[in-house]
Amino acid sequence: MSEVKIMLGNEAIARGAYEAGVKVSAAYPGTPSTEISENIVKYKEDIYAEWSPNEKVAAEVAIGASISGVRAMCSMKHVGVNVASDPLYTASYAGVNGGLVLVAADDPGLYSSQNEQDTRCVARAAQVPVLEPSDSQEAKEFTKYAFELSEKYDTPVIVRTTTRLSHSQGPVALEERMEIEDKPYEKNPAKYVMMPGNAKGRHVYVESRMKKLAEDGCDMAVNRAEYRDTSIGFVASGIAYQYVREACPDASVLKLGLVHPLPRKLIEEFASKVDRLIIFEELEPVYEEQIRSWGIACEGKELFTLQGEYSANMLREAVLKEKLEIREAAQVPNRPPILCPGCPHRSTFWILNKLKLHAAGDIGCYTLGAVPPLNVIETTICMGASISTLHGMEKAKGKDYIKNWVAVIGDSTFMHTGVNSLMNMVYNQGTGTVLILDNSTTGMTGHQDHAATGKTLQGDTVPAISIYHLCKSMGIEHVTEVNAFDVDTLERTIKEEVARDAVSVIIVTAPCALLKGQSFPNKCVAVPEKCKKCGACLKPGCPALTKQEDGTVKIDVSMCNGCGLCTQLCKFGAIEVRDAKEV
Amino acid sequence: MTKNIMIVGVGGQGTLLTSRILGGIMVEGGYQVKLSEVHGMAQRGGSVVTFVRYGEDVAEPIVEEGQADILIAFERLEALRYAHFLKPDGVIVANDQRIDPMPVVMGAAQYPENILEDLAKEHRIYQVDAQKKALELGNSRVFNIIVLGLAAKHMNFTKEQWLDVIAKTVPPKTVEINQKAFLIGYEG
Repeated sequence: MSEVKIMLGNEAIARGAYEAGVKVSAAYPGTPSTEISENIVKYKEDIYAEWSPNEKVAAEVAIGASISGVRAMCSMKHVGVNVASDPLYTASYAGVNGGLVLVAADDPGLYSSQNEQDTRCVARAAQVPVLEPSDSQEAKEFTKYAFELSEKYDTPVIVRTTTRLSHSQGPVALEERMEIEDKPYEKNPAKYVMMPGNAKGRHVYVESRMKKLAEDGCDMAVNRAEYRDTSIGFVASGIAYQYVREACPDASVLKLGLVHPLPRKLIEEFASKVDRLIIFEELEPVYEEQIRSWGIACEGKELFTLQGEYSANMLREAVLKEKLEIREAAQVPNRPPILCPGCPHRSTFWILNKLKLHAAGDIGCYTLGAVPPLNVIETTICMGASISTLHGMEKAKGKDYIKNWVAVIGDSTFMHTGVNSLMNMVYNQGTGTVLILDNSTTGMTGHQDHAATGKTLQGDTVPAISIYHLCKSMGIEHVTEVNAFDVDTLERTIKEEVARDAVSVIIVTAPCALLKGQSFPNKCVAVPEKCKKCGACLKPGCPALTKQEDGTVKIDVSMCNGCGLCTQLCKFGAIEVRDAKEV
Repeated sequence: MTKNIMIVGVGGQGTLLTSRILGGIMVEGGYQVKLSEVHGMAQRGGSVVTFVRYGEDVAEPIVEEGQADILIAFERLEALRYAHFLKPDGVIVANDQRIDPMPVVMGAAQYPENILEDLAKEHRIYQVDAQKKALELGNSRVFNIIVLGLAAKHMNFTKEQWLDVIAKTVPPKTVEINQKAFLIGYEG
């Protein structure tokens, strides 16, 4: 019997890639996809794995590896698929040599994302087949199967997962790694040079491929009609299938594994055998609209929402008409996410707030500069957009209009796509002030390296690309590096640079407080006798500080890392920095 | 019969490690297990919830409202926030700690008084000041394992099984302190 291990969905996808004989993996971190690469690197004896600067580059690395003749994979969150969509749409035409799989992790419920888009819609537009597993075991199996389909049908294949699947754990039976021979590369411009004349021919192939897949899908084991009581028949895939099994264990289910293209004949047959056909799919009505277009009567989005995650209770209420005995949730204060104690971003936002500056924001922990008590970030759209949206404002309203605006972006996001926006600002004679909050890591996703950290995913030490010199190389005269905890210098620098009639960059440096390998020798300690109860130290919103009933401030020793921001803000010497050993 | 456990707390309090130890013991016990975790933004000081389900045949990986057998809460307000997930005869195992959420810090909301006392009127509740006991042990971070030890009293596994799974799950350097922490909750 093979070994069974409890695995995260993402860990199982990584295991599937390993067992499938993958040789190259590339990704940019993004919740809920990050752990795929973090687990693939555990097989680095057999798989080359990298963090690429963004998803477009990651997809292209995988495409190149595939064309050369090995099995290759790239993984990303749903919005990363947008960044990678340029290569994806055309890789769909070019097809593959070695198997090529793109793992897309959608985020219904927006646990850590800026939108709730459905990758199945992208896949339909790109004409790429999609497999959707429903638990960890399938996450592994379907990943392996994706490579088989990719080579058999000469197509990239998307494995679609969702947050709930990626971040759930379940049993997985481990198998050996397959011995996959490298395929020879043969020059074939008609297939790999997608200029108009060649692409025209490939488009014909793409159409025939998708037609064949729709037919063959009817006999694929991943698509499975489970007949039980036929008064209700569900069509479901992914985690939604599990909710059906939980709430309606006696109902018939057509469980889809290949979710694009749909196995039409199989669905028609299933529909003819059940009295009531219910489509249970999170997010967009992708199956429902197609099934209705074939003239099959079904129910779907009139029963279930387009937003957020589904549940078994949803079925109990909407389909079984059960009256659920659920007590009302207590009315309690919200607990929104906040910047950590000792976070190096806090000082920047506190200064921007104090100076009444507006900030065009970006994607990362520092997006939390938008919420109370900092309230500084006013726009967040996508990776890299801070710099370009600020530039757009300037071009719309003039350079004086942005004299009280800055762009705020993290180091990893700057390397992702921010650098393009900065090039544009320089080239098109903008005058914006750009704050690059350099905490030496990709923070929000749990500390991944990038081109400016000097470390690779595989743990190699490499020359770090200098953000300072990168900015200088664009011809930006005013590039300043300031330590995030040198509050006075940072404030002075921001004031100077915002007033300037030229592009300027302030690189605010200090490692993420949660980054491993640091020592924090100090703790901040309140001295109640000196406290004037003014509340100045509380303004930046450090969670280690609380106001006591008598108005003085208490500092939670276990949370404080001694960053000293509160000490600098207290004019009365009522917060001291002390040796942690003595506290 | 599937059993449903929830672990709730504040991002950074170690819900993930605790749920992984729970998952590990269920596997040792021969059950089918599914866990569901929260990663990403909520881990930055937000309200976090982790689900552990075990039994003979587990379909969905989440615990839904009205279905939890045990609610392990690392913080009082979070115990209250998720109490409606409990079955009528469900048990609460709570760490008697208060962490003010930002709306309370800023004076925009009040931290409710007497949470555990009020919850005790409707549920069986077991509590521990794990923070204090962890500090006495010399490592404030292992408070979550003390709470787990208290919860473990209400599950059918032996002390040896728990200590063994802890040893397999936590980083090698921290095995001893975590086992000690567990025993404080389990035997205390």
